[in-house]
Amino acid sequence: MRLENKVAIITGGGTGIGKETALLFAKEGAKVVITDINEQSGSAAVKDIQAFGGEALFVRHDVSNEDDWKKVADETINTFGKVDVLFNNAGIYIIKPLAEIELAGWNRLMSINVTGVFLGMKHIMPLMAKQNKGSVINASSIAGLTGAAGHVLYGASKGAVRIMTKDAAMEYASAGVRVNSIHPGYIDTGMADYASETTGNSKEQLGKNLFPLGRLGSVNEVAKMVLFLASDESSFSTGAEFVIDGGATAK
Amino acid sequence: MKLKDKVAIVTGGASGIGEATVRLFVEEGAKVVIADFSDRGQSISEELNSNRYDTLFVQTDVTKEEDIQNMINETVNKYGKLDVMYANAGVADDAPAHELSYEKWKRTIDINLSGVFLSDKYAIEQFLKQGTGGVIVNAGSIHSFVSLPAPTAYSSAKGGVKLLTQNLCTAYAKEGIRVNAVCPGYIDTPLLSEVDAQKKEYLASLHPQGRLGKPEEIAKAVLFLASDDASFVNGTTLLVDGGYTAQ
Repeated sequence: MRLENKVAIITGGGTGIGKETALLFAKEGAKVVITDINEQSGSAAVKDIQAFGGEALFVRHDVSNEDDWKKVADETINTFGKVDVLFNNAGIYIIKPLAEIELAGWNRLMSINVTGVFLGMKHIMPLMAKQNKGSVINASSIAGLTGAAGHVLYGASKGAVRIMTKDAAMEYASAGVRVNSIHPGYIDTGMADYASETTGNSKEQLGKNLFPLGRLGSVNEVAKMVLFLASDESSFSTGAEFVIDGGATAK
Repeated sequence: MKLKDKVAIVTGGASGIGEATVRLFVEEGAKVVIADFSDRGQSISEELNSNRYDTLFVQTDVTKEEDIQNMINETVNKYGKLDVMYANAGVADDAPAHELSYEKWKRTIDINLSGVFLSDKYAIEQFLKQGTGGVIVNAGSIHSFVSLPAPTAYSSAKGGVKLLTQNLCTAYAKEGIRVNAVCPGYIDTPLLSEVDAQKKEYLASLHPQGRLGKPEEIAKAVLFLASDDASFVNGTTLLVDGGYTAQ
């Protein structure tokens, strides 16, 4: 098993990419701490893992709240004794023309997508440095690599995650902690549903128009990339961008 | 096993990263064609076959079009198909431009860029003939992105490999062919055999992780891209560089 004896924290682990990754991690032998702002879906994901004999813990968590992060760190150490992997996955997606973005909405998205990642790295990476080993995976996006209309807000947040990843990777390389970002295109989750409704294109059309492979990605495909980064198989990768976009940014 | 019943070609498979990849691929269930200029590939193939793995050595000069065609033909004759091409063969024999002979420049471009083009071209031709799709992994480098004073031809070739990879992705994605590149930092392989201990230490210090990479660490990234685990990963240049380019 590729994550035997590892302890992993996954934010936003109750749905979508986060949930799929939590299930895959548990199947690969990890003990998983699922955090989510939604208690119902987070607890359900824990039950799904326990149903096949895996070990998991739910912690209710607003990633923009520093006290919540302290609670996540404490409960992880109290329950499982250590932390080896952090997947900063929680995020929200808003498509909106530049001139219509309200400052309050800007601040809210930034507090989740950027401050949430910052707080996660701040409170978890020192725990990893103590054991001289750890892997952090931050969820960026192809929106953190290229421009798109209606994406000033979301793109700014994901661009920030991209470069924060490199900065943290440099700071912690000598401490044995690796930090990489993933950059998915549209994956078939609630976010793709939202994009479909907002742009008036079916998901099938979005897949055909945007991705040379001609389709949206699946949550399982992203989970497998995150697994590669979480495991020791990627031991010489840090500060790097892992793009999973069906060829969109190669165009 | 991640490559069960898959047929893979590894060019430059007789040493360094190529050899590590051959060994990992067979463990993961693949039948592997070791294509190399050096007949060391023959002894590796015999060793693996005596351990009940299934490999074939095909002596190949990647700069010769007929050698590449022969490599594909021998693969299909023996195993009936091709699923994975790892265009890995490369050399590092370089100098700052004013000291680099045109002959040496051409040799590096021939092997590191044209050799990748030819390997990819004939693999794609075979994939199209099969109608099955397929996977290509090209050998990029940190020098696909950044350079140093000495690697003049090397950086030029590897920069070319990056865009060749992106081009082939856009051209053949619809046919179910994925094309990606793995871009290592400095790895402790025979390519660095001419380098003295002090220079090796200097090269290691350029990586924030403070060491050279190991061939096995690159092989694992190649395996990820070659396997169905990476089914939505296309046209990317995956850095495995100990943080080198993030600085």
